[in-house]
Amino acid sequence: MSAPAVRTGTPRRRITAAAWWIAVVAVSVLTVFPLLWTVITSLKPAGDILSGSLELIPRTVTVENYTRVMTEVPFARYFLNSLVLAVGGVVLNLFFGSLAGYAFARMQFRGKRALFVTLLGSLMVPGIVTMVPSFLVLRAIPLAGGNNLIGQGGVGLLNTYWAIILPGAAGAFAVFFMRQFFSSIPAELGEAARIDGASEFRIFAQVYLPLAKAGAAVLAILTFQAGWNNFMWPLIVLNVQEMWTVQVGLASFVTDYQTDYGPLMAGTVITSLPVIVLFIFAQRYIIEGVAHVNAR
Amino acid sequence: MTTTAPAAPPGERARTRSAPPLGNRPSRQWRIQERWAWAFVALPMALFAIFVVIPAGMALVMSFTSYSVIGESQWLGLENYRRLFLDPYFFIALRNTAWYTLMFVPLGLVVALATALLLNRNVRVSALFRTFFYIPVVSSTVATATIWYWLLNPQFGMLNVALGWFGIDGPAWLYDSQWAMPAIVLMSVWAGFGTNMMIYLGGLQGIPPQLYEAARIDGATWWQQFRYITLPSLSRTTFLVSTLLVIGAFQVFDQAYVLTKGGPANSTITLVYYVYTQGFGNLEMGYASAISFVLFAIIAVFAVINARVTGKDNT
Repeated sequence: MSAPAVRTGTPRRRITAAAWWIAVVAVSVLTVFPLLWTVITSLKPAGDILSGSLELIPRTVTVENYTRVMTEVPFARYFLNSLVLAVGGVVLNLFFGSLAGYAFARMQFRGKRALFVTLLGSLMVPGIVTMVPSFLVLRAIPLAGGNNLIGQGGVGLLNTYWAIILPGAAGAFAVFFMRQFFSSIPAELGEAARIDGASEFRIFAQVYLPLAKAGAAVLAILTFQAGWNNFMWPLIVLNVQEMWTVQVGLASFVTDYQTDYGPLMAGTVITSLPVIVLFIFAQRYIIEGVAHVNAR
Repeated sequence: MTTTAPAAPPGERARTRSAPPLGNRPSRQWRIQERWAWAFVALPMALFAIFVVIPAGMALVMSFTSYSVIGESQWLGLENYRRLFLDPYFFIALRNTAWYTLMFVPLGLVVALATALLLNRNVRVSALFRTFFYIPVVSSTVATATIWYWLLNPQFGMLNVALGWFGIDGPAWLYDSQWAMPAIVLMSVWAGFGTNMMIYLGGLQGIPPQLYEAARIDGATWWQQFRYITLPSLSRTTFLVSTLLVIGAFQVFDQAYVLTKGGPANSTITLVYYVYTQGFGNLEMGYASAISFVLFAIIAVFAVINARVTGKDNT
């Protein structure tokens, strides 16, 4: 055992340690600096952005870009839309995900296996395959958006919050995630409660659900992030500007403000802020959640 | 499609698996549990059926028709699929997507593994750096794209300025048909490696330390340890990560939409971007469905090949 210790003598170990520090700091600069630079650029007045693009400390600090973003485009409205959609998605996914996830993990019923396999299989179908028909399904919802009884004549649920919330309400991922979590809670707990005469719903709500809080928290964070960052589906189903989300708004911004980097960067900061703040507060859960889900 | 209907076929497997755990349990209680279970899954599964299963079936049917929202829809048989093979834009999109995948998957794999190796140390600060490394994942692809839109500015962007320090005259990136796709690849790797790094970290932590101890006693170098212990132990993880990367790569859309709108000179039209413009731009939804099924088939084929190559001895 002493041989390897001699081999990695102090000078060599020090070089390794120094190399390690240089490497991790270098990668951190690559990952964090672009975000920092975005914030810095967003605080510079229009005249300084290009001429002093590399100045890390702005000559003059201004919030002009932020006021422009808020007044020239309805960014506050986009923000509200995104918030409603992301929170709605979290609530419904937690609710449906735990109900169905629990049933798949801890209850017996005919057809369970077939259903679960279908659910898992759907995770492998590229999203784009179902987008065109889902759009048509939403458009043909009867009696909504000027539609008649057979779903003709109007736009159905397009351009409403429902167009985002309903298709994403019971995500296969949420069901799968909660099922994995409930499976790790011993079945004996439920059996004991069942012998005591508790109803199936009480077993779920009072025995299992409180034990799944940690899993639910991770799912809530991941769902919020995914909902907030979602781009393609809102782009497709929300065609009136007042219904746009921050992501769709920001994307159209790039087209309209091509070289107006100030407002563009201010919009980027506003768009990223909620998820970055959430990440800072919940990073332990997020990182563990990511590792946890994928390890299975 | 009928698999989600309540009357799903019981099947022998389901029967035996669903036997109540305590053997001679009265069947009344078993029936009650089944009724509750259905109450639990009914609504989520109904939504799943309406927005996933039925649309997938509809897409398949539509791919054989000329459906276009307005006007009459005709049954075309395989016409859409034949049209695909004569459509130069389809092949441009296919080539671009393949090119993106070819660059993105190996680069994404190497970066994720390298950063995971870097952070796989039992020092407190590695948790801090883990957070720093992970931060790009948090932002949306749209926000990431706008950040890179600024970073990649040919004159004032950070990237070309930094290249200038080394005497390199950086290309015009997004404005150059040669460099637009590599720029998008670079951005996507930056934005996404954190997740895969986490998966690799999980894999690394599962390797028993005794293996390394034994190797060190035998005088194995760092490289030998990596080559003969780390890599083989991670083959399962590599299989998972590469599958995720390939599936993601074939569906690239957001970046191409925000940054380049498919240009310059069609060099960043991807398959999903093409489905989007055909389906929702030109309203050729039948044709768009056919393209999306071809994409589905390509992904399925790659997933199988990948399983053969990387996951041969561990699945």
